Amino acid sequence: MICVSVCMGTGGISAGGDKVFHNFEAELLKHDIEATVNKGCSVHQVGCRGLCAKDVLVDVIANGVKSTYEHIKPDMVMKIVEEHLIKGAPIKEWLVKEDYHNFNAKQMKVVLEDCGVVDPEDIESYIERGGYQAVKKVLTTMTPLDTVETIKRSGLRGRGGGGFPTGLKWEFAVKNHADQKYIICNADEGDPGAFMDRSVIEGNPHSVLEGMIIGAYAIGATKGYVYIRAEYPLAVERLRIAIKAAKEKGFLGKNILGRGVDLEIKVKLGAGAFVCGEETALIASIEGKRGTPKSRPPFPAQKGLFGKPTVINNVETLANVPQIIKRGADWFASIGTEKSKGTKVFAITGKIKNSGLIEVPMGISLKEIIYDIGGGMEDELAFKAVQTGGPSGGCIPASMIDLKVDYESLAAAGSIMGSGGLVVMNEGDCMVNIAKFFLEFTQLESCGKCTPCRIGTKRLFEILTRITEGKGRKGDIEFLIDVCNDVKATSLCGLGMTAPNPILSTIKYFRREYEAHINEKRCPAKVCNALLTFTIDKEACTGCTMCAKTCPASAIEGDKKKPHTIISDKCIKCGSCFDVCKFKAVNKE
Amino acid sequence: MSQKITINNKVLIVEDGLTILQAARANNIYIPTLCEDPRLEPYGGCRLCIVWVEGMPRPATSCTTPVTDGMVVKTHTEYIEKLRKTIIEFMLSDHPNDCMMCQKTGDCRLQDLAYKYDANYTKFVGVRRNYPIVDDNPFIHFEPNKCVLCGKCTNICQNLVKTGTIEMTKRGFYSKPDTAFSKPRTPENCQFCGQCISVCPVGALSERPSLGKGRRHEMKLVRTTCTYCGTGCNFYLNVKDEKVVKVTSDYDAVVNKGNLCIKGRFGYEFIHHPDRIKTPLIREGDGYREASWDEALTLVSTKFTELIEKYGNDSVGAFSSSRCSNEENFLIGKFARTVMGTNNVDNCARV
Repeated sequence: MICVSVCMGTGGISAGGDKVFHNFEAELLKHDIEATVNKGCSVHQVGCRGLCAKDVLVDVIANGVKSTYEHIKPDMVMKIVEEHLIKGAPIKEWLVKEDYHNFNAKQMKVVLEDCGVVDPEDIESYIERGGYQAVKKVLTTMTPLDTVETIKRSGLRGRGGGGFPTGLKWEFAVKNHADQKYIICNADEGDPGAFMDRSVIEGNPHSVLEGMIIGAYAIGATKGYVYIRAEYPLAVERLRIAIKAAKEKGFLGKNILGRGVDLEIKVKLGAGAFVCGEETALIASIEGKRGTPKSRPPFPAQKGLFGKPTVINNVETLANVPQIIKRGADWFASIGTEKSKGTKVFAITGKIKNSGLIEVPMGISLKEIIYDIGGGMEDELAFKAVQTGGPSGGCIPASMIDLKVDYESLAAAGSIMGSGGLVVMNEGDCMVNIAKFFLEFTQLESCGKCTPCRIGTKRLFEILTRITEGKGRKGDIEFLIDVCNDVKATSLCGLGMTAPNPILSTIKYFRREYEAHINEKRCPAKVCNALLTFTIDKEACTGCTMCAKTCPASAIEGDKKKPHTIISDKCIKCGSCFDVCKFKAVNKE
Repeated sequence: MSQKITINNKVLIVEDGLTILQAARANNIYIPTLCEDPRLEPYGGCRLCIVWVEGMPRPATSCTTPVTDGMVVKTHTEYIEKLRKTIIEFMLSDHPNDCMMCQKTGDCRLQDLAYKYDANYTKFVGVRRNYPIVDDNPFIHFEPNKCVLCGKCTNICQNLVKTGTIEMTKRGFYSKPDTAFSKPRTPENCQFCGQCISVCPVGALSERPSLGKGRRHEMKLVRTTCTYCGTGCNFYLNVKDEKVVKVTSDYDAVVNKGNLCIKGRFGYEFIHHPDRIKTPLIREGDGYREASWDEALTLVSTKFTELIEKYGNDSVGAFSSSRCSNEENFLIGKFARTVMGTNNVDNCARV
């Protein structure tokens, strides 16, 4: 039996996964007649397996031996089929190297266990791997209260960012009696650079549905929504296929498994507003209203969707639930630290070798994530900081690389766990500019309802812009800290309350960089163009004229094949010459 | 059941189900607000009503937080007042601050708060909204750049009037209450009740016909009852130089609690109109001539008596106006039955 699995997550597809997949199908069909060896050979698509930097990844299982190929292009398929599948000799130079194995060695896959293994569009593939066993177990042997108790005992906390104990959330909803209750899966993943929830739904949508069914049974909800952003078309499509299949199999709809339990799940598309990941704004959006948050109390568990008790859980939280039911609360509680149990999925991006999707036990150190799993820095520049929690989080400096990754430790360091974005930065990143980048995002994504977030984040962004443009003034740092604290204290929802975090944490750990910008009008990382002077190295310049052609200000002079010069009076410091020069002849200081 | 709470070291017994703000108001404790209106659901947007509640990790908005037994609240600590000042300064940093020219001067909540908190309107400097003034209809004048996004205009239009003419549009800093697709207000999408104007705490929304005709301190307010229908709404006529130039809401009015319709709010033009009929008119030939009330009533009574004598009581009837009060309608019914001796009584309000 030969089996070929092609990575068809969003990363896989954008690297050409679908063409690879079709070429395998075609090649296998073509060789079917002459090569008996590949009879019964199957090729199937799987979801994201994490190491997106090496896409397209292809698993080939032949004679019981699994070989994994990396960076596979469509035109490489023919050779793999001929050499490996027909002649039985794997192509060594295309196989994954040591770093692929290191990438997986320190990980612990609970939520992602079946991602990259099951075919996300085939429910049978999920059932074969033990799927829907947890639903059977819950519906046949456990009462709703048992279920809530199990989740409470497991110590599972919300993976969307807040870290609220899931069991407690369910318990509140159980206690509120109503003729109708709702369960909502929050798949409105909005952090820039985050793709955890997306990958889970694309790779194993049934695990999320199974978690929802169990949650609905526990709290007594008969209607469910998956609120997912429309920018995730593949996830939406796979989710819809999964819901239809689960319905046909009797895991959804009326009288689930003949146990008299009903659950209808609808998919609701969000228009991509970051704030709609906030529970009350999400509810407003499903209700067809403008997606703005509301003050709590009342909490959604008391008065949620359409005024009824509602539980909202994040994708990853729900995907943990079937595993906890199957393997027991004690097993789950044995993973992680005292207060943060289980594993956490991270989307690791930035200046790192192995960018991709990882799952690690809580309590692992940042160092292990960045160096052992991430493979260290992508180039010679040294590691500087890591941003956790997206725009609501903070930057943790290199000096704190031994920090343990759990809810409490991250909070103590001035950041948050967040939904699981990890952006790695090196010495080439300007921390003032990073703070500005995140504030630019939050001030754009503010819904505009409350004053401190609507105007405060805008003003903070403007102050940062001013500093990066060399117009910083004495006292700006203290002013920023003061305004940040006021915005945090007075904003309505989590967006405004956490938006100043990137500023506060970068000031806390990289105050000198702010001082260099403000007092010396200097950007130590050489990122803020307005603070740099561009010159051309006469030795290195070949006179290719590329810079002169690109310069929007016509500030570069020089004859063909002779060294060029930049006229500093005309230079607008846009950095275009630096970007286009192929000979590293443009210097910025 | 009642709750025992402490506000500013004062122990209070308050009704169950109240918010901190309501409890404070009931006990004459002032808390500044911009987005609160007793007729609307708490909004919690302006953030000025924050108070310090013992045991809570951060300031709570008093308009949305229900009182609980044993709660200890401080409404004016140094820290809370500092936060309020920052919020006001945020607003001023995106406000035209052209109070000298503004219709709302003297009656503007933001102006009062800026004064009260000694706010510095240059503390924050940055871009401002730059929306054009909306002057596309005869009743509602909108200056978006003055808007503080308290949300009351959209809230009252959506949830109290239930017309849904305006809703918040755009996002973040550039949010703006607006009609669908920014279309002009027309009778198709708007009732022109002006409820939105009545709740606007600043000069963003104002009565178009009253622009430039005087500001709050120049007005003599005359409380009266609307003459248009039998509901009996109360409001204030704003009189300047013996002329009615505006109608404003009376929020204490038992009948309408400050709510008004287009007629009540804008239909006062007739008061000073040259065509207004001020005396009874008697038809003569092809036209009318002015007459005294005595002459007119004598004529009516003579004619009625003649008709009744000639054709019987049911040859006459009484038809009264829906603009009359209940009491007046009762009287005309009584008059028809007992004096004219007929049951022919009707009213135009029975369509």
